[in-house]
Amino acid sequence: MGDYVRQMPDGSADLARPPSAASRFHLDLPLLFLLMALTGYGLVVLYSASGQDMGAVVRQGRYFLVAYVVMIIAAQISLVRYMRWAPWFYLLGVGLLVAVMFFGVGAKGAQRWLSLGGFRFQPSEILKLVVPMTVGWYLAERILPPRFKYICGSLLIIAIPSALILRQPDLGTALLIAASGMFVVFMAGIGWRYIFGAVVVAFASAWPVWLFVLKDYQKQRILTLLNPESDKLGAGWNIIQSKTAIGSGGWEGKGWLGGTQSQLDFLPESHTDFIIAVLAEEFGLRGVLMLLVIYLLILLRGFWIGLRAQTSYGRMLAGSLTLTFFVYIFVNMGMVAGLLPVVGVPLPLVSAGGTSVVTLMAGFGLLMAVSTEKKIVTH
Amino acid sequence: MPQHITLKDSHREARVYGARTVTAILLVCGLLAIITVRYYSLQITNYETYQTQSERNRVQLQPLPPKRGLIYDRNGVLLADNRPSYILSVVRERVEDLDATLAELAALLPVSESDLENFQKKVKRSRPYEAVPLRFRLTEDERARLAVNRHRLPGVVVDAQLLRHYPHGELFSHALGYVGRINEQESWVLDETDYRGTFHVGKVGVEKFYEDLLHGTVGYQNVETNAHGRVLRVLERHDPLPGADLVLHLDIELQRTAYEAFEGRRGALVAIDPLTGGILALVSTPGFDTNLFVNGISSTDYSALRDSLDVPLFNRAVQGQYPPGSTVKPMMGLAGLESGLVTPEYTVPDPGWYRLPGDSRRYRDWILKIRGTGHAPRVDLNMAIAESCDVYFYDLARRLTIDRMYDYLHPFGLGERTGVDTTNERRGVLPSTRWKRDAMAQPWYPGETLSAGIGQGYMLTTPMQLAVATNALATRGEHRSPRLVRSINNESVEAPLLERVPGTPENWAAVHEGMHAVVHGARGSARKIAKGIQYEVGGKTGTAQVIGIAQNAVYKEEEVAERHRNHGLFIAFAPYDAPTIALAVIVENGGGSSAAYPIARKVMDTWLLGDAG
Repeated sequence: MGDYVRQMPDGSADLARPPSAASRFHLDLPLLFLLMALTGYGLVVLYSASGQDMGAVVRQGRYFLVAYVVMIIAAQISLVRYMRWAPWFYLLGVGLLVAVMFFGVGAKGAQRWLSLGGFRFQPSEILKLVVPMTVGWYLAERILPPRFKYICGSLLIIAIPSALILRQPDLGTALLIAASGMFVVFMAGIGWRYIFGAVVVAFASAWPVWLFVLKDYQKQRILTLLNPESDKLGAGWNIIQSKTAIGSGGWEGKGWLGGTQSQLDFLPESHTDFIIAVLAEEFGLRGVLMLLVIYLLILLRGFWIGLRAQTSYGRMLAGSLTLTFFVYIFVNMGMVAGLLPVVGVPLPLVSAGGTSVVTLMAGFGLLMAVSTEKKIVTH
Repeated sequence: MPQHITLKDSHREARVYGARTVTAILLVCGLLAIITVRYYSLQITNYETYQTQSERNRVQLQPLPPKRGLIYDRNGVLLADNRPSYILSVVRERVEDLDATLAELAALLPVSESDLENFQKKVKRSRPYEAVPLRFRLTEDERARLAVNRHRLPGVVVDAQLLRHYPHGELFSHALGYVGRINEQESWVLDETDYRGTFHVGKVGVEKFYEDLLHGTVGYQNVETNAHGRVLRVLERHDPLPGADLVLHLDIELQRTAYEAFEGRRGALVAIDPLTGGILALVSTPGFDTNLFVNGISSTDYSALRDSLDVPLFNRAVQGQYPPGSTVKPMMGLAGLESGLVTPEYTVPDPGWYRLPGDSRRYRDWILKIRGTGHAPRVDLNMAIAESCDVYFYDLARRLTIDRMYDYLHPFGLGERTGVDTTNERRGVLPSTRWKRDAMAQPWYPGETLSAGIGQGYMLTTPMQLAVATNALATRGEHRSPRLVRSINNESVEAPLLERVPGTPENWAAVHEGMHAVVHGARGSARKIAKGIQYEVGGKTGTAQVIGIAQNAVYKEEEVAERHRNHGLFIAFAPYDAPTIALAVIVENGGGSSAAYPIARKVMDTWLLGDAG
């Protein structure tokens, strides 16, 4: 049967075919198309969420353009390089976080930005990629699953930047960075007993964390989440309004630009963190499910890339980046729907904003670098 | 999927990774399922709840405008009330195509340019789902036409609202003032919350002066509506607090008598109750129908009023500034007595003219033209007041000097606002050397003192000031800031007593005797009104020269002649022994005081003999 040969697993087929344009530029086409669909959808929602401000859409489009360029560049660099650079990036990143502590500028009581000659940036963003890269670098050369002392080493690598970011304070980012590092350890195959142990310890330490670590505004957010009705006009307002927006969308939605909650300014932060509420109000559950399908396909593609990766480093990186992307989705959609505390995590590639978009797309560039890593036949 | 990997790679690490990936995918799918369930529960299961909540967001609060306070005359006759009126409003958010809807409405009923202009301005400032008024005072017919077409006009609302109405608009136009639609400048100044739902505000007069009290406090109701904007039920209601009711000192009969006594001539009359300082009548003629202004006056009506030669919009009683002429002489007499420069027995030779020492110019007495000589060889104070002798007061003024004259006349309130409770009051001029230096940067000339002594020259007074000064004369020195409002919500309002006009009883008596002789003396200048009079009066006539009229104004020939004639003035109080009314009248271009004192007689007759009061 001639057909059998064509249906054989890719490994041997790739060798037979001349390299396509996509693979020459280290691009993963399915992933690229999914991302384009997602960002396109995002721009449509943003136009409505920004109060029909074409300027906001153009601005966001420009961010996307920059982000795609960054992604393509990131895809060209070989994984060996990333691994070699990782510890140096890490040291640089932590150094910058320390610098933020002393020279940073901020807004709303948080010090997150570093200003260099008029150009402001957030060092914590870099670490969203650097932490998994570094933990991967640290574990790649060990025997996996890692032994206890390497787990501790990994945790230390994760803890230092996370603690610095939590101090800024930026709970959302600290959470994402800690998670991205942990996911590397998880994908490396850490024993379940450690995981369960950690869960027990986490619950046990929740009380002292509540008492001594969390800031008042963070506690307020959690309390408000538990009982939003308690503070109708203050902290609970956002959640009540976003739930109302989502719920009143129904199955079909009120139609594009037809959301009364968002168009009449009842919904706060409608173009940034709460944009999913605009989508849900105007496109209904149908629109939400469509978004979730796109997200799910991206996640599955990410896992697929991880499975097909040639090295442990590539695998761990792919798995961690994919899971981190999922954390964005889960935390944001959960918080807007009143399931999770409001911690300031954007809806990935849909919420307006430049920094997070560039970081996320750079992550997808890394993922593409993993997917197009030189195939080594190891039979 | 894991099977694929085992085919490709048999390393342990990869196998572990594969297992972890499966775990991760399960975890991801599980959590995404939770998210999905959550959104399903919000959007499908609890759709109705959130749908209603979202609708409730759209119309939460409706302002309930307060009822404007009523205004009564002293006998309880309603002068300003509120009548139901129908208003056509549009809710912007419920209209698909605003321009098309406006065009359709314009086809159904008359909508003027200014209606549209006002509407567009208000739409820009309105909150979401607020009804913005387009047309006021709909007729029965218009309401019927709207009702028939209602289904074709979503977002178009017809509401009943109480609107100001003046039953005696023209008669009280200047005494009451009026309300009008809130304009753009006013909307920046007025309290935004308190005036939600209120379309009118006091523009002038009592209506403006007492705006804060008359307006009241806004109320709110919380209403639940369905998606089509129909109110399903009132959830919560805070009633508005109505504005305060005002009772004025004004007497409608007295006001009517006074207004009609002018017989269409231009002028003003202010009558004060000496016992309280309350204003019994305030007339400025011609008046106008204040109801025209309540709903935005049409531009033709407005230009007719604005461009009229008679300036009916001008409140002569408080804005008109006229030389007091000889009405100032009783006050000058008191000044002479108080300063010791004259006594009741002191006399001045009167050839019919006066000459300043060292100056050849003759300052004529008005009588010279008529009789060719003076009032008498020698004139005393009584005769000087009764016959309005200029020479006597030229002499007194010269000896008193202008600045001391200022000191003696100022306590009567000349040159100062009376502080009456209405708007746009002017202050007049009581000249002094300092005033002339400040106002004109010129020195004072001795001849100007003589003019001032007979109430001419720079001296200017409003009829309100003259009435207040007359009241001070009648009460022998009680100088009050007069009040139109007698009580607010049944709490009486005092007319504040200001600094007394100093004077000994003998001096006041001498001045009063002079004023008595003006009416009751054989040669009194107003002796004509004594005919058939049933009470005694103290008065003083006056004539004010008209200096000139605006250069570029186009007047008809005969009107020029008419408008060059002198203004006639008269001040009076009665009954002479225990006054219950003190008044000042001016008839513009009346020729002389003979135009003014019959009006005073009619008013005093009504007050003292008529059934009014």
